[in-house]
Amino acid sequence: MTIRPRTPSLFRPRKPIDQGVLSENRKLVDDVNRRGLLRGAVGLGALTMLTGCDVSEIGPVQKALRAVSSWNDGVQNAIFRANHLAPTFSPSQVMKPPRFNAYYPIEDVKPVDGASWMLELAGRIEDKRPWRAHDLYALPEQEIIIRHICVEGWDYIGQWSGPNLRDFLQRVGADLTAKYVYFICADDFTESIDMPTALHPQTILATKYAGEIIGDPFGYPLRLRTSTKLGYKNAKWIRAIEVTNEFRETYWSKRGFNWYAGI
Amino acid sequence: MPSKAQAIASAKRALSRRLHPWSVRIMHWINALAIFIMIGSGWKIYNDDILFSFLRFPDAIVIGKWAQYGLQWHFFGMWIFVLNGIAYLCYGIISGRFWQKLFPISPREVFVTVSEALRFRLRHDDLTHYNAVQKVLYLGVMAVGVLIVISGLALWKPVQFSALANLFGSFQNIRLVHFFCMAAIVAFIVVHVSLALLVPQSLLAMLTGGPLLHKPRDEARSASAPTVAEIKNIPEVKTVPEIETSH
Repeated sequence: MTIRPRTPSLFRPRKPIDQGVLSENRKLVDDVNRRGLLRGAVGLGALTMLTGCDVSEIGPVQKALRAVSSWNDGVQNAIFRANHLAPTFSPSQVMKPPRFNAYYPIEDVKPVDGASWMLELAGRIEDKRPWRAHDLYALPEQEIIIRHICVEGWDYIGQWSGPNLRDFLQRVGADLTAKYVYFICADDFTESIDMPTALHPQTILATKYAGEIIGDPFGYPLRLRTSTKLGYKNAKWIRAIEVTNEFRETYWSKRGFNWYAGI
Repeated sequence: MPSKAQAIASAKRALSRRLHPWSVRIMHWINALAIFIMIGSGWKIYNDDILFSFLRFPDAIVIGKWAQYGLQWHFFGMWIFVLNGIAYLCYGIISGRFWQKLFPISPREVFVTVSEALRFRLRHDDLTHYNAVQKVLYLGVMAVGVLIVISGLALWKPVQFSALANLFGSFQNIRLVHFFCMAAIVAFIVVHVSLALLVPQSLLAMLTGGPLLHKPRDEARSASAPTVAEIKNIPEVKTVPEIETSH
């Protein structure tokens, strides 16, 4: 029987680790092993209870629940009233600053550099020339003082202004008969809305909050603000807008949240 | 004019009517399942933004490990709860069941029944007859059921149904109303299930249908059951007056 010389693995360090380390710390290693085994066994049991018990995660159950969620998209679309305005409020009721919401904490916000930022346009749009912040900020503004409702249950009244989305889409020659408007954000966030919502009179590309340019945590230089959707549909730090007929899952819908999210 | 065979068949059906017809039993248990889903997932949704600092529902008793699962269950369960609830209310009103079982309610009787219950002297020998407290509780929980759906609709669509949502004053008020309706239903369930366990025949009746409303061997049978000659003349037998069996 011949023994092939062992070929050193690519991942094995060329110079072996000094075995002295093991003998020096033998006591500690043994101690960790003995206690760790028991703790590990208990921990493993607890882990299965934590992760294994949710029936919602089982394939067919999750598939069925998502099918109902898609059905609910259709129901919400059917009860959407294109020209029905959401209640508006007075400037004295506005909360300053607005409440932060994102899938990460406020400290992790990466501010967008407004000077080099460009808004790209894609899909069923005639004039796809990108927009610089100062050109966009020069467009006529619309102000809406509306209630922001988060899917979690909290709400506040915010005062937003910026170009009306319908006007903007018309200006760039977008196909207003297309089905969806997509927003791609400076972080890895994506969100999309149906065309009827995009054309609603209270849907704007917000550039200001309470009369001042929006702060970094709230979407500078450009964010969506629509009165007819839950908070998470209002994409912040928008860097591209695409008009399309193709449905694609978005950041939250991929994770099981309702896509339509109308209020 | 229905044929003789049809009339006899419907008269036979009337004779074999039980306290809880199969339709009521099915709707009752579908409702139990829907309520279970709605409360469990509602607690999960509540936990994401609590209304009361002292109240957070333990993870072990909520439905859905993550917020989106709680929401998925809630917006699935709502269809079962609402559609089944509408079917139940329509049935109860059209068949006359509500009128027969839940009315009239005399305030004096409510007072007497409550005092009997508090002294543990309440008797429930006759399942076919609801006491005044039962009547009040059943009507009350139905009203709360309607209110929880209305407040739920206002929470789900505060803009599309803004006129409805405005009746509550503020968005957080809608949440509070929805929450207290849930609390009332939970309180009802505690009483309802405890009493059903104390009087096991009543629980059994919701499974098997319970006592016949008309016992075939009763003397009364000949008096109230239609004769063949009568059946011929009955154009349609929709409801048969309830016959009280025993007291």
